[in-house]
Amino acid sequence: MSIEAKPDTSVLPIMQQHVVSRRQSRFDWGRILVWLVLLGGALLMFSPFIWMVTTSLKTQLQAFQYPPVWLPNPPQWQNYVDALTIKPFFLYVRNTLVIVVFNEIAILATASFCAYGFARMRFPGRDTWFIIVLATMMLPGVVLMVPSFVIFSRLRWIDTYLPFVVPHFFGGGAFYIFLLTQFFRSLPEELADAARIDGCSDFGIYSRIVMPLSKPALTTVAIFTFIAGWNDFIGPLLYLNTPDKFTVALGLSLFRGGLLQTRWDLLMAASVVMTLPVIVLFFLAQRYFIQGIVMTGMK
Amino acid sequence: MQTMRSLPRGWWPRTKASKNTVIGYIFISPFILGFFFWFLTPALVSAWMAFQDWNMLSDPRFVGLGNFRTMWQNRLFWQSLKVTAYYTIVSVPLGLVLAFAVALLMNIKVRGIAAFRTIYYLPVIVPAVANAILWAWILNTEFGLLNVLLKSIGLPKVRWLVDPNWALPALILVSLWGIGTSMVIYLAGLQGIPALYYEAADMDGAGRWQKIWYITIPLMSPVIFFNLVMGIIGSFQVFTAGYLITGGGPEDATLFYVLYLYRTAFQYLKMGYGAALAWVLFAIIMTLVLVIFRYMGRGVFYEGASSGDRA
Repeated sequence: MSIEAKPDTSVLPIMQQHVVSRRQSRFDWGRILVWLVLLGGALLMFSPFIWMVTTSLKTQLQAFQYPPVWLPNPPQWQNYVDALTIKPFFLYVRNTLVIVVFNEIAILATASFCAYGFARMRFPGRDTWFIIVLATMMLPGVVLMVPSFVIFSRLRWIDTYLPFVVPHFFGGGAFYIFLLTQFFRSLPEELADAARIDGCSDFGIYSRIVMPLSKPALTTVAIFTFIAGWNDFIGPLLYLNTPDKFTVALGLSLFRGGLLQTRWDLLMAASVVMTLPVIVLFFLAQRYFIQGIVMTGMK
Repeated sequence: MQTMRSLPRGWWPRTKASKNTVIGYIFISPFILGFFFWFLTPALVSAWMAFQDWNMLSDPRFVGLGNFRTMWQNRLFWQSLKVTAYYTIVSVPLGLVLAFAVALLMNIKVRGIAAFRTIYYLPVIVPAVANAILWAWILNTEFGLLNVLLKSIGLPKVRWLVDPNWALPALILVSLWGIGTSMVIYLAGLQGIPALYYEAADMDGAGRWQKIWYITIPLMSPVIFFNLVMGIIGSFQVFTAGYLITGGGPEDATLFYVLYLYRTAFQYLKMGYGAALAWVLFAIIMTLVLVIFRYMGRGVFYEGASSGDRA
């Protein structure tokens, strides 16, 4: 089990240059065809988003019109006000953010701490434990849904945020430990060696050298943590009972039942509001996203 | 004073190597503790529960293999297994092939690749609940986008979520909206293949398909393998789509395994039976993964000895 830190990307620019200079000399019909196929696919992939947004701006009746109205005039901005006030949406947002903030603290601190041990220390048993990390990453999470519920209810943690927060203080999940271990291994040894000669302990190297150098990887972890917390549905569904404690995901799922079942205009408005933060985050930090996915998939 | 002096001496090791070991274990201790608390303990509790009849309100009653016997005779258990297997067998390979094809097309250096990558990936981050509600609306028989599109090209309406024959295919379609993750992983893999190989093939007069078949696919096999395994593990755990879009219906046509497990344990409070179901799910997934490792792992080509050797 040897896992390389980073692919050798130094050859990439040269390779791309080469390909471009060789191929782009002529008008290439094959390339245009490829581009058109990709464009068609992109339109298909994007159309649900358009459908979501236009529906959210229609009147209740317009939503049921055929042929569909693509640009509702006037746009019903009132839908957003209604969708956000029918249920205490902002309370749900606040609740979700409380969970997310604690998750961020827990995961950034403990996952990086564990990762330092796996990436930068040598000791007997380390590799065995790392295999266990990888194994827990592969294991289907729902398998422990029932016993975890029993344990949390014995701890009297049902209807609190503790089931979402406390377990994250224990390494924050194999996925993040793995991702950070990979990154820490790619950092140069020299700085740490120099610090060690100056009498710096491993804890000092971790907090004063490795952590500051790892901002890109930590950003990736922070983003994934936010998305996971914001999107989580099964957790709140299992552990929360009091409506005042609901998260956005659980709150929105309740829109689907009851009176709002056929108010597609309002349902879409609420869905837009729930989706917007993650999309904005994606556009702000696309680089870290792609890096994170690639790092876990490639090594 | 005596104990004060002897305690640190016994606890804090003298030699550098053993000091390193202690510090190393301090670093990974959160994971080790977490592993015991939130992994091993639930697993043990679950192993005990699987043999009990227990609703969490009254005392548990030992029933031996009773839960497994119930399962064997239960129509819904087999139905949920059938639904999940069908969903996996269709959606995983379809998703893998589509994602690979899109990644291949993108890897031909066309204009706007960054924009394409973004658009194809974007659906992945849509929250599962918003995703479910959106698709419930798109798949609406009378007014949904999909039937509107079908009608505009002269095809008849499909009663996606109402017809038991169409509900599961509809959810498979929804799953294809999420091919972005594997596509991004493929794309990164494709970009890592040295141009050298293709140039050598060019010199030997290899055509486009030959290059894909003899160079790209073998070199990409670890990535394909990874996506396959993760895809199977993920699709056996599908829950939200069945719970929110179709509610398991119509006529249990979308009663996914985990949805059945959820209802059994958390709505009918058959916790012991739920734990037994979870163990069976675990056994099924692990068997599948092992079989794949055994029979397909051999076909996976690892370039060099060390890199990418995750299997």
